[in-house]
Order: sequence, then structure tokens, then C-alpha cells
Amino acid sequence: MSVIYFIFQQTMLFTIPLMIVALGGMFSERSGVVNIALEGIMIMGAFTSILFLNLTGGKMSGQVQLILAILISMATGAVFSLTHAYAAINMKADQTISGTALNMFAPAFAIFVARVIQGVQQIQFTNTFRIDSVPVLGKIPVIGPMLFQNAYITTYLGIIILVMSALVLYRTRFGLRLRACGEHPHAADAAGINVYRMQYAGVVISGALGGLGGLVFVVPTSTNFNADVAGYGFLAIAVLIFGQWKPWKILGASLFFGLMKAIAAAYSGIPFLASLGIPSYLYKMVPYIATMVVLMFTSRNSQAPRASGVPYDKGQR
Amino acid sequence: MKLKNKRNYVGVLSSVFAIFIGLLVGLVVLILCNPSQALPGFMTILTGAFTHGMRGVGQVFYYATPIILTGLSVGFAFKTGVFNIGTPGQFIMGAFGAVYAGIMWDRLGGLHWAAALLASIVLGAFWGLIPGLLKAYFNVNVVISCIMMNYIGMYLVNWTVRSNKTLFNTLRNESKDVASTAVIPKMGLDKVFTGSSVNGGIIIAIVVVILIYILLNKTTFGYELKAVGYNQDAGKYAGINEKRNVVAAMMIAGAIAGLAGGLLYLAGTGKHIEIKDVLAAEGFTGISVALLGLSHPIGVLFSGLFIAYLTAGGFYLQLFEFSTEIIDIIVAVIIYFSAFALIVRSILGKIQEKRAKKEEMREGGGQE
Repeated sequence: MSVIYFIFQQTMLFTIPLMIVALGGMFSERSGVVNIALEGIMIMGAFTSILFLNLTGGKMSGQVQLILAILISMATGAVFSLTHAYAAINMKADQTISGTALNMFAPAFAIFVARVIQGVQQIQFTNTFRIDSVPVLGKIPVIGPMLFQNAYITTYLGIIILVMSALVLYRTRFGLRLRACGEHPHAADAAGINVYRMQYAGVVISGALGGLGGLVFVVPTSTNFNADVAGYGFLAIAVLIFGQWKPWKILGASLFFGLMKAIAAAYSGIPFLASLGIPSYLYKMVPYIATMVVLMFTSRNSQAPRASGVPYDKGQR
Repeated sequence: MKLKNKRNYVGVLSSVFAIFIGLLVGLVVLILCNPSQALPGFMTILTGAFTHGMRGVGQVFYYATPIILTGLSVGFAFKTGVFNIGTPGQFIMGAFGAVYAGIMWDRLGGLHWAAALLASIVLGAFWGLIPGLLKAYFNVNVVISCIMMNYIGMYLVNWTVRSNKTLFNTLRNESKDVASTAVIPKMGLDKVFTGSSVNGGIIIAIVVVILIYILLNKTTFGYELKAVGYNQDAGKYAGINEKRNVVAAMMIAGAIAGLAGGLLYLAGTGKHIEIKDVLAAEGFTGISVALLGLSHPIGVLFSGLFIAYLTAGGFYLQLFEFSTEIIDIIVAVIIYFSAFALIVRSILGKIQEKRAKKEEMREGGGQE
């Protein structure tokens, strides 16, 4: 039984950041802006917040420090994503190109600044954020060990973000307007919606969640940050498509990806999987291959927002 | 004809504008970090490549070889209407083909290196073919399938190299040396650029650039590829088989990127496939090269040399205690602003409009 709990806890560590970033991507794409810059945004968010953890280590209690870092990562991601929003919305630039530029910029910037500040590019931090067992809840059988032991508050934050995203997207006026902009911006405009403002909102939300995802990815899996989030930003785009741009399906997709990542990372410690003798590379490749297969079957009638990736031009018919 | 010239002129101008802003940002970053060293550091970026005379120039050619080709791969695909972000995967597959052939097929003598390059082209083409087929027959977004192919390719290559005892150097966790017959001949370049790593690869790269230029501009097939790139529906209506086109375009783009990998890993400069879960940087640089070169084969050639030139100069930046990442920052800013071709166009348009109006006023004698 403890093996299952272990795999589940590991899976959550990989799932939550993927889900948060993919949900961010969802807001951007649903508003009509493709955000391929998620990788770069994650790096920037992780960079500033982990620098903060490094500088304030030991000066305040772990959870307070982590909450402040969360806010910093979100703010950084949001500000950084503004450059993408400006290029994509105001300048009507090719969204893939500006996203690629952001992806290039982020790691270079993180390494450069880290070297200027502290001489080396790795930023160390002390992980004081793990919760061994949540009081009361951790003692519940089955659910306790799965969700409330060896956990991070970021896990619960991720779940809150998921529920909020679903509510905002489908149950609020803002969500309806956002979706309208991604499907048919001209109709939305005619109905009196400020398309540019909605698209800015979409991109900035994706930036905030992307930045947060960077921090959430690095904190449980490492003790230093090396200007790298291991391609999770790109993987999140795959999750987004796998999840067909819908919050609950994104949860499913990120659970699947997270499970595969967890198995690839920890399978040698799990007797049952180690005895199968499947090389870890196969587990590493499965999420990507699975995405390709799913895309083959779903791309004919894709659920992608219609106007995603097309710069909105008021004067155009 | 006149219109086309004008469009090219605006394009080149927007690239120059982007380069200018990129360098400006680089200078500002340097000043913010260390004002006293900023100017000499900046001058090093601009002229550092020439520090060692001909040897330095040779190094620029050496750095430029793979990125000209990955840039050509992206640029060629752009012309045909697809964004080939799969160059890192195609590049590493090509590198694997070259290294595999370079180690295993050691009985070919003088033809060994050519056969190894052929292997890199074939594997690269295969890696480009898959997204092409998926696009043509399943309508899968090329950008997404290319990103997936990048990771699948990287893991596949690492896995294969690692599990093959004749390929894998356990001590250094990388691939073994290729046979000496598999190293690309210098083709006389070592005499001109003494002491540098340059080799016949740059000549092969330039030949490929010319071939692609001819293919795109002087053949019916190239015309069809470009027609579909401009407007898929119009191309289809004109009777062009757009399915065949996207498959062919991705295959050629993959082949070029694969060749880039082959040329770098057979350069005889101690380059090995390292077993790291990191995508090939040369592939992503290709995107920058293509964007800066406006996707035109000749433009790509020059932008590849330009970025290689900056990289070579950036190497000497460490003398001033700046890290070389400043070059990546500059290039990223250049790419970001080169996406802004529209503003340059509109500014130029406004200037022209004003001029036209003034002339009109003059001709009309100022009557309103």
C-alpha cells in the first residue's frame, strides 16, 4: 500500500505544476492568443521567486516565505507576459515568434543576472516547506496519506486554481466574454466587448499562472534553480491540447503526464516496476508519444478556440 | 517587380532596426551591471571575432555552419507555410545518424564521411516527415507535433547511444569518437584560416543554401511550395496537391536540419553526443537565424554568419567578467523586435504618405 501512496505523492509533485501552467495557457488561448512562451515565463517566475527564497532563507517561517514567493512568482510571470501581450495584441506580431523570443530571453536573463548577483548561475535554497502531515486531515485513512502527507501548500493552491478556473471560465460574465474573444472576436467586438482588453487579461492570467508553475515545479523536486524547468512549459502546452482546452480534461491530462513522469523518475525504487525491466527512457517518451496519438484522432474536429493565434484586427472583415 | 523590391527593402530595414534595438538593450544591460567595463565589453561583442585575425574568421565560419543550415531549415519551411520548430529533434537525429555511421561503417575509406552525412540527412528527413504526414493526413498542428518530436528524438537518441556498447563512452557519459575517415575533409580551408576549427562543412552549407535558393525560385516545384505557403486555398484551387507539398516541405526541412547535425558532429572538433536531457540549442538558434534572415536562403546565410560573429565575439566577454549569456539576451531581443515588422512598415508607410501629400500640395499649388 505504501508504494501506491508513494507513487501518488510523486505524481502530484509533477501533476500540479503542469496543470497550473496548462490552465494558464488555457486562459490565453481561450482569449485568442497562442502562448508558446510558457516555458520562458515559468523560468522567469521561478527565477525571481527562488532568488527571494535564497535571500530570505532562515529569516522567516517556511510557509510565510513560500506564500510570499508564490506572490512574487505570479507577479513576475504576469509582468513578463505583458511583453508577449504587447507584441501579439498591439503590434499584431506573429505570436509564435514573439513567444520563441521570450523563451530564448528567459534562461539567458536568469543565468546572466544570477551570475551578476552571486557569481554562480545555480541559486540554492533550503526546502523548509514540506508538510509531513496536515493536522487532523493527515490521519484520515487512504485520503490522508495520498493528499495530506508529505505535501506542499502549492498542491492545495493548484486544486483551488483548478476549481476557480472552471468557475471563472464557465460561470462568470468574464469567462463568457473571454471565450467569445477566442472564438469570434469580431462578433464579441460587435457585442460591445473590448477584445484587446480581454486578450490582455487572458495573456496576463497565463503569465501569472505560468510564473507560479515555475516555482511550484522547482520547489519540491530540487534544492537549487539552474535557469531551467526541464521543458515543462512545452509539456504544459501538450497537456493543454491533450486536455482539449477544458479545465477538467486538463486535470486528467496532467494526471496522466504526471504519473508517467513520476514512474520515469522513481521506477527503480518500486519493486513491481523495476522487475518489469522497461527502460526509464520509455516512460520518459510515453507522454509525448501519447500526445501525438491523441492529436491524430482529435485534430480533425479540434476543440481549439477558432481565432487562437490570429491577431485581432478591428478593421478586418 | 518594383513592389517586390520595396517589400524586400522594408524587410531588410526591419531586420536592421531589430538588430539595432537588440544591441542597444545589450549595451544597457552591460552598463547596468558594470558601468566601467560596459563600453570595452560592448566593443568586444562587436569586434571580438577578429581578435585572432584569420583564425577568428575561421571560427566564425565554424560556428556558423550548423546554424546556417538549421536556419535554412526553418526558413525554407516558413516559405512553404509551416513553422518548423522541430529543428532540435531533426538536428539531433541527424547528429545520431552521422555518429552511428561514423563509428560503425568504418570500411568505406574515402567515402566514409559522405556516407555518414547521407545517414544524417536520411534520419533528419525521416524526423521531419512524421509531422508532415500527420499534418497532411490527420490535420495535426505542425508546431505541436514538432515539439513532441523534439523530445521523442532527444530521448530516443540518448537511449540508443546509451544502450549500444560500441557507441557509448561510459566514462564520459557521451558517444565515442567517430572514425578518422568520417571526419569531414578540410577542403583547403585550414590553410587559409590557420589554427581554426573550420572545415569543408561551411562549403557544403553554402552549396545547400544555393540549392534551396534555386529550388524555391527557379523550379515549378518550388513555386508550388511557395504558392501553398502564401495561400493554401488558392494553391489547392490552382490544382496543387497541398498534401504532397506539406509532406515534401517538412521532409526537406528535416533533411537540412539533419545535415546540420551531421556537419557539426563530424567536424573533428571533439564534439560528442552527450547524454543529457536537454534539447539541441543549435536547433532553436536556427529559428532566430531564419527570422532575422527573413526566411530567404541568402538572408539566412548572412544572418547565420552574423549570429556566429556575435557568438564568437561574446566568447571574449569573459575577460571583462560578463557572462556569454548576454549574446542570447541580445539575440532574443532582436527576434522579439523582428516580429514587429509591422511597425517599421507602418512608420515607413506614414513617411511615404506624408511625402506624397507634400508633393501633391506642391503640384496643386497649395490649394485646398
